[in-house]
Amino acid sequence: MDEALRELYQEVILDHYRHPRNFGKLDDEARSVLGNNPLCGDRIEVHVRVRDGRVEAVGFEGTGCAISTASASMMTEAVKGKPIEEALAIAKTFHDMVMEGAPGEELGTLAVFHGVREYPSRIKCATLGWHALRAALEQSQQVVTTEADG
Amino acid sequence: MNGSHQAERTSRKYDVEEVRAQFPALAGKVRGKPLIYLDNGATTQKPKAVIEAIERLYADGYGNVHRGLHELSERTTQAYERARVRIAAFLNARDAREVIFTRGATEAINLVARSFVAPRLEQGDEVLITEMEHHSNIVPWQLVCEEKQAKLVVAPVADDGELDIAVFEALLSDRTRFAAFTHVSNVLGTVNPVGQLVRLCHHRGVPVLVDGAQAAPRLRVDVQEFDADFYALSGHKMYGPTGIGALYGKRDLLAEMPPYQGGGEMILEVKWSGTTFQEPPSRFEAGTPNIEGAIGLAAAVDFLEELGMDAIESHERAVAARGVELLAGMPRVRILGMPHERAGAISFSIEDVHPHDVAAILDGDGIAVRAGHHCAQPLMERFGVPATVRASVGIYNTEREMDALAQGLRKVLEVFP
Repeated sequence: MDEALRELYQEVILDHYRHPRNFGKLDDEARSVLGNNPLCGDRIEVHVRVRDGRVEAVGFEGTGCAISTASASMMTEAVKGKPIEEALAIAKTFHDMVMEGAPGEELGTLAVFHGVREYPSRIKCATLGWHALRAALEQSQQVVTTEADG
Repeated sequence: MNGSHQAERTSRKYDVEEVRAQFPALAGKVRGKPLIYLDNGATTQKPKAVIEAIERLYADGYGNVHRGLHELSERTTQAYERARVRIAAFLNARDAREVIFTRGATEAINLVARSFVAPRLEQGDEVLITEMEHHSNIVPWQLVCEEKQAKLVVAPVADDGELDIAVFEALLSDRTRFAAFTHVSNVLGTVNPVGQLVRLCHHRGVPVLVDGAQAAPRLRVDVQEFDADFYALSGHKMYGPTGIGALYGKRDLLAEMPPYQGGGEMILEVKWSGTTFQEPPSRFEAGTPNIEGAIGLAAAVDFLEELGMDAIESHERAVAARGVELLAGMPRVRILGMPHERAGAISFSIEDVHPHDVAAILDGDGIAVRAGHHCAQPLMERFGVPATVRASVGIYNTEREMDALAQGLRKVLEVFP
């Protein structure tokens, strides 16, 4: 397998795909947003419970490829317990990394998604859960689609 | 017209390397690897003959059709109408006037839904389709049924990917006003018994549209033998240009249909008091048509007939059979449907691996397949999968490429143990 592909399917991504973290629903208090990628049929629903300006709990459900599942799984770990502004800032840094090729060093393990940029059709997989998270935190929409990507 | 169909029967030996040499794109590389193109169900590569026909049209002087009295317009009109005659012969239509150029199979189906079916539908009437249809042969009927408060009835597909003919027949009721089904499934590769299905419908007095988008590039189509009332095809799926397709319609049916769109070309006389329309096919070709598309499509048809549709069918069948054999022997691979007769497509899934990831890893080896719902979401739902991988065979694929596909899939199993 070539280098770019090896970078795309790093062990940490495969691990989160096989054993997604924070997988499941939260209680009724949680805000939920469905992320839909009509191109491939991937659907990832993100649930967040916000208390005192913080992401107190976060979970996700749905079916998706290794990239979209692992990205959502790692996202939940990255934003759990963070103030809303900080969670949104992480989302922005992640977005800039996969969309614009920004280095994203401050993202820690999430930087493994840097290689996704080599595969334009997979960028939407990597950002699917993040779109849903942002909509949930901003309380802007109930359903988001990757086709709105700029 | 029968001449070309007769000539095909004396086909020479099929030389796939000679066929490949006609396709410049196949010589290209993808991600540094030789291209293995197995996405022919989505669209096809173009042979030199098609590329050159379009280039010649533009380079040699081009005019609008059916309008000017000058040499260029006359020459272009002749080439455009000759293209119609070629498509008619390819489908074995009785008359070239039974062929309408459209933007594709989708527009052909919409044209029939609007101009033929909608005026005949009343509340409570039924339109019969099948579970294996492409969205293009579902949504136009949903729209027209909703508008007329008619019912869309769906004939089921069995686990092996075949239509249940007895159920199909039983679903034809006193209220059925129209039936539409695909000749070849774009997902399962199933070849439907078109002649038999048409007979069942006609026995009940139900007119029929056959979606030939997947069949026209790979099987002999004879609309007279099938007795289909309408037959739709798509240019870019049969080695022709994008943005062109054709609708075959029986002459007496077309004659009684109102226009689909209004504009130039389709009118006889325009007055403020009202407009009179041309006879078919012009009545259904509003505006300046896709001239280079029609001419390119005719070149594609010439190319296919030169190879011989029977020879193409048996070549593709051998390649697909090799693919099925290899995939069926692999662990964790599940092939969707095992139809009695298969043309083109092999859809499959791999346990614990998402189709998108399969396609990405294959792409790394220069192998182009489709991953997704293939514009057939109801069929995906019927088989209980959100998406599949589809390898679809074309005239230039080889059994060796099937071996490479299997090799690529072994790599997928390594990455996702």
